[in-house]
Amino acid sequence: MLVLEDVHTHYGKIEALHGVSVEVKQGEIVSLIGANGAGKTTLLMTVCGNPQASSGRIILEGKDITNEATSNIMRSGIAIVPEGRRVFSGLTVEENLHMGGFFNTKAEIRKSLDHVYELFPRLKEREHQRAGTMSGGEQQMLAIGRALMSKPKMIILDEPSLGLAPIIIQQIFQIIGHLREEGITVFLVEQNAHQALNLADRGYVLETGRIRLHDTGKNLLANPEVREAYLGR
Amino acid sequence: MAAHNVKHALFCAVVTLVVAYPILGLNLVAQGTRVGLEGADASTIIIIFLASVAVFAFQLYRDTIMASLSKAPRLNPLAGREPMPQARRVKLESWVLTGIIVLALFWPFFVSRGSVDLATLVLIYVMLALGLNVVVGLAGLLDLGYVAFYAVGAYTFALLSQYMGISFWMALPLGALFAALFGLVLGFPVLRLRGDYLAIVTLGFGEIIRILLNNWTAVTGGPNGIGGIPEPTLFGMEFGRRVKEEGNTSFHDTFGIAYSGEHKVIFLYLIALVLAVITALVIRRLMRMPVGRAWEALREDEIAARSLGLSRTAVKLSAFTIGAFFAGFAGTVFASKQGFISPESFVFLESAIILAIVVLGGMGSQLGVILAAIAVTILPELAREFSDYRMLVFGAAMVLMMVWRPQGLMPMRRTHIELKRQE
Repeated sequence: MLVLEDVHTHYGKIEALHGVSVEVKQGEIVSLIGANGAGKTTLLMTVCGNPQASSGRIILEGKDITNEATSNIMRSGIAIVPEGRRVFSGLTVEENLHMGGFFNTKAEIRKSLDHVYELFPRLKEREHQRAGTMSGGEQQMLAIGRALMSKPKMIILDEPSLGLAPIIIQQIFQIIGHLREEGITVFLVEQNAHQALNLADRGYVLETGRIRLHDTGKNLLANPEVREAYLGR
Repeated sequence: MAAHNVKHALFCAVVTLVVAYPILGLNLVAQGTRVGLEGADASTIIIIFLASVAVFAFQLYRDTIMASLSKAPRLNPLAGREPMPQARRVKLESWVLTGIIVLALFWPFFVSRGSVDLATLVLIYVMLALGLNVVVGLAGLLDLGYVAFYAVGAYTFALLSQYMGISFWMALPLGALFAALFGLVLGFPVLRLRGDYLAIVTLGFGEIIRILLNNWTAVTGGPNGIGGIPEPTLFGMEFGRRVKEEGNTSFHDTFGIAYSGEHKVIFLYLIALVLAVITALVIRRLMRMPVGRAWEALREDEIAARSLGLSRTAVKLSAFTIGAFFAGFAGTVFASKQGFISPESFVFLESAIILAIVVLGGMGSQLGVILAAIAVTILPELAREFSDYRMLVFGAAMVLMMVWRPQGLMPMRRTHIELKRQE
């Protein structure tokens, strides 16, 4: 579904990704873990075309999107839940969700709206509330719901557990598992390595701009190196 | 006794003296061909001194005064009331607005010519402020050179009528479209800029347009401006005493009534009213359309908006272009109303005033912006009795606004549930 081949990314003169190759197959949950500054977010941003990769190829469903504009990439069946939620705090929950389905028809929006409310009954309760007045967990639900509004085939989540209470994190990961059952491919970037690998079919470990390890989620959880570095044994 | 306030209070009193004395205590007097400086009489000096003592006393006991003020009963009797249901509020609002528009239609026939003229100016500012509201209030792009588009609209009409004899009704859409084109052209280079940088570039653009108009003497007449701009006609009927253009008839002849200069003023007012209402309705509609939400989304969070596939370029350009379009509208009406325009009408102060209207009214709120446009235009006129001090009154009003209602007269409202406070 999504293939990165030897992708290099630069911020000015500094190279942040030194030839990363990642593959996400249809219907999978793939987790990318790594420490602060490893380049996780950079990798996601490169997929979205902001910044664009300086060399290498990014292929989405057989189509080369390496040099596409961000707005075009984001309209081709892929959706991202950005780091730190980034809901439109002055807009109501409903308006936020409408923004997610910006390029769909009214009928499609209504349908995905019902679907999102079914997935997150909490959002239905808060339909007319300003997004900025909600709790972190609710905002994260909204951010995921907003991404789902465009009916993506693949969803990218950047640190969905950031700054949330453990019980909320449980809920969020449950929802992510549920998305896979609906046939949505999930690419998950997390610091919370235990949860992320537990859920994932496969996992990648990113270290200072390079893929260090690549295995199934179960194997990575058992891997002594990973346990040492990311799981605190 | 608040001893720690003494230093602060003393400082405030000195500032009052320093500010007030040169303004109130010194007068410029013509002495023959020269201008001389003269001290004011004793009573003024005493008043200035008393004012500074009053400031000193207030600052000294400020904490006590403010505390007792906050203990006083709430001034707003509606504060504790439950909010009206959404559907009823919208209905009430549209009824009130319809009522105001109907009233505004008949109002000019009962008041003096001067008031109608002023009202026309107010309506022009309403159009300008509503247009800038799209750029600043909704899209969050700080534009300090908005007056440039106003100038483009006005000069388009003036030049077209001078060189090609085009009438008001032809020039109205042309002026607006031409201004919109300028908005588009300015939009491209400034897309990457945000906040302060954008403000500086737009400020520069506004000045460039004004200086261009000032110096391109061959075409624009430079500082002399352009005169003889035709007034609007009503289906080929002119409002002057005599018909200027062949083929036209005059309004008073057609209807067999005596000529009156007021007809023209009222007609212009009605045109401005209709255009202002159209502006308000169109922008209101746009706000409820996806493009309106896209403006707001981009203002709230650019990264999130882009992550949803919105094109930053398209959204920002549309806001700039639509804002400029309505400024062009207003410019055309202004040129027709004045009959004469010069670059002097399009200085930076105009941009600042329009921006002040938008901020004062509450960013993004249409009703608030309209109220603020009325207040900001009429207040200096009402304060004319204070002659020299009217700008001082205006400034004081602005400061008080910022203290008591920093969110604007009527901040933009969004439907949301208010949780009942638990007893």
